[in-house]
Amino acid sequence: MEQATQLDSSGVQAALTAKRRRTAGLAALVALACVLPFVMSDYRNFQFSLVYIYAIALLGLNILTGYSGQISLGHGAFFAMGSYTTAILIKDYGVGYGWTIPLAGVICLVVGFLFGLPAVRLEGLYLAMATLALALALPQILKHFEDWTGGVQGIVIAKPGAPFGLPLSPDQWLYFLSLAIMLAAFFTGWNLLRGRVGRALVALRDHHLAAEAMGINTTLYKSLAFGVSAMYTGIAGALAAVVVQFVAPDSFQLFLSITFLVGVVIGGLASISGAIYGAFFIQFVPTYMQDISKAAPWAVYGILMIAFMYAMPIGIAGFVRLTITRFSRKAEEPDRGA
Amino acid sequence: MNRMTASYATLGLLLLATVFIGGQCGGESGDTPGVTDKTIKVGNTNPYSGPASSYGTIGRAIEGYFKMVNEQGGINGRQIEFITYDDGYSPPKTVEQIRRLVEQDEVAFLFQTLGTPTNTAIWEYVNQKKVPHLFVATGATKWGDPQGHPWTIGFQPNYQTESKIYATYILEQFPNAKIGILYQNDDYGKDYLLGFKDGLGEAGQRMIVAEVSYEVTDPTIDSQIVSLKGSGADVFFNISIPKFAAQSIRKISEIGWKPVHFLNNVSQSVAAVMKPAGLKRSKGIISTRFFKDPSDPEWADDPAVIEWRKWIGEYYPDGNPDEPFNAYAYIVSQLLHHVIEKCGDNLSRENIMAEAANIKDLELSMLLPGMRINTSSTDFYPIEQMQLMKFDGERWRAMGGLIDTSSS
Repeated sequence: MEQATQLDSSGVQAALTAKRRRTAGLAALVALACVLPFVMSDYRNFQFSLVYIYAIALLGLNILTGYSGQISLGHGAFFAMGSYTTAILIKDYGVGYGWTIPLAGVICLVVGFLFGLPAVRLEGLYLAMATLALALALPQILKHFEDWTGGVQGIVIAKPGAPFGLPLSPDQWLYFLSLAIMLAAFFTGWNLLRGRVGRALVALRDHHLAAEAMGINTTLYKSLAFGVSAMYTGIAGALAAVVVQFVAPDSFQLFLSITFLVGVVIGGLASISGAIYGAFFIQFVPTYMQDISKAAPWAVYGILMIAFMYAMPIGIAGFVRLTITRFSRKAEEPDRGA
Repeated sequence: MNRMTASYATLGLLLLATVFIGGQCGGESGDTPGVTDKTIKVGNTNPYSGPASSYGTIGRAIEGYFKMVNEQGGINGRQIEFITYDDGYSPPKTVEQIRRLVEQDEVAFLFQTLGTPTNTAIWEYVNQKKVPHLFVATGATKWGDPQGHPWTIGFQPNYQTESKIYATYILEQFPNAKIGILYQNDDYGKDYLLGFKDGLGEAGQRMIVAEVSYEVTDPTIDSQIVSLKGSGADVFFNISIPKFAAQSIRKISEIGWKPVHFLNNVSQSVAAVMKPAGLKRSKGIISTRFFKDPSDPEWADDPAVIEWRKWIGEYYPDGNPDEPFNAYAYIVSQLLHHVIEKCGDNLSRENIMAEAANIKDLELSMLLPGMRINTSSTDFYPIEQMQLMKFDGERWRAMGGLIDTSSS
């Protein structure tokens, strides 16, 4: 209360410096991410591109599961839809890969929204079942339309090189492309979630009757969340097709959808940075757990998952947030004493 | 420090930390990556987890084979370092693991990577990188393409080769047959079907009276069998996986149809097909083989099989000694052994590929007696001989000699 008068000058100042610091921190992080591809091998660039792609997909799923509280076991299907949109457009219609990515996003947005309209009437586990059906059915549907999808053999895509004569290797170029799209996706996601829409979604998740009483249109917002979520995942899938240069029904088995859910929960539900942590987890843990145990790598995965859930029940992002708060409080205390 | 800034710093640290996960590139000396005076690095992927994990035993058996070779002093004084990773039969994972093998572990070449979609995913990559991609573990026909993909070579008789053998036999023995075909509606089934029609040639137009397909998701194929019987066919070519093969054998017997029954060798397992369908009902079915099935009493006293049993007991004790996949892995390892031996000290990637495509009349102990492996710069199909066999109600019996499809 006594500080209230001071807030005018020093408080505003502090808020300003805090904002400046935040921007500086973000800029430093992006700068670091931009330097990495020049010191890493092409193989690492490829792995990091996949991390960024998974981060986009996880952000999408997080909008649905973390913010609006709907469980989806079917996001692998939207990922596949994005991938196939890109692959088919490149192969059959000669569309430039750059154009296929937004198109894949739009198609998944529409499909996701339409799927969301009836699906949002289902709550919790029932919605999980409906989306599970989607994930189970899609690989077989893909095999059925063989003329388009290439059946079990899938579609091979040529690896794009860097445009405009940029002095980058193809893997470096794809790294930057993935990084740029991820940053754009996170920026729009952050804008969307911190405002009206984000609050409406959280309100629906936490108390849907109260939210409705306040005039929030349940069906619209929930379907919208479904659509936007599918759009993000579809964009990630499109990008993955370009980076991996191959799509086939076997790439999108049910396990992919479960992996996404694992990534969202381990990374941190309803947290934007959680998507990045989760992406690191689902990219690196399955690849390197074999180095720990050759005999039972998936047991290592299971143990790690339990360990993470036990030590960080609100995900890695939540854990990081808590730890930082604890430390910054300790750091502030001597100041207060003085 | 401000909270947000701290969280950016954490992310930055995570980025840096993962750059080094799994080790950075090791600087190798010598001309070929993965080859030193003492070692040769060989890369492989196998599905140790996921829907196709029953094939995983092949990778483990290959490991066991080279363990034996290394204990005996290696090949030309070099130890074989066999690096195998799990890809879960998922093509994107295969791409990642293969790039890890080629770019980070710096293997000299790839060997026996398993699966048709998984190998398709890395096909362009290995050929662009000019990394030998030896003896892939898939029955698809497309791997023998020396013109378009000079760095990839197949191994086992492919589906088209096998169905041409049935076609040739039918033309000789049943020139007036009316043929009914059942096939699985995917590329595996269509590969067989194509080879069969090629093998019959023009006569096929007249001989094939019915062609019906099933989806791998169908619960039963009863109606397909009934309609095949209705077509008046007296020869039946059955292109189906074990589950449906067993169903069809049972249904054929139930409705009293008595065709000459040709069954693709995908479904030749006595335990998985003939026993559930009924051994008596299975009597008279014709199929093909190309190596000695260790569980077949016919080979119980065969010296090669006895030696093989000794090997599996000592070097792969977890492996099932009745599992044909383990014999398959042994054969393909022997083949690689031969190729590396012939390379001598010239282990450049070009020469490894050249030797893999320059095999003359090679005999391997677990192949059927008299079988010879031949490859050339225009022939990337190592095994092209098979033998017809007939089920006698208890086990398979050889029927005639070896059939060579390379010249036909």
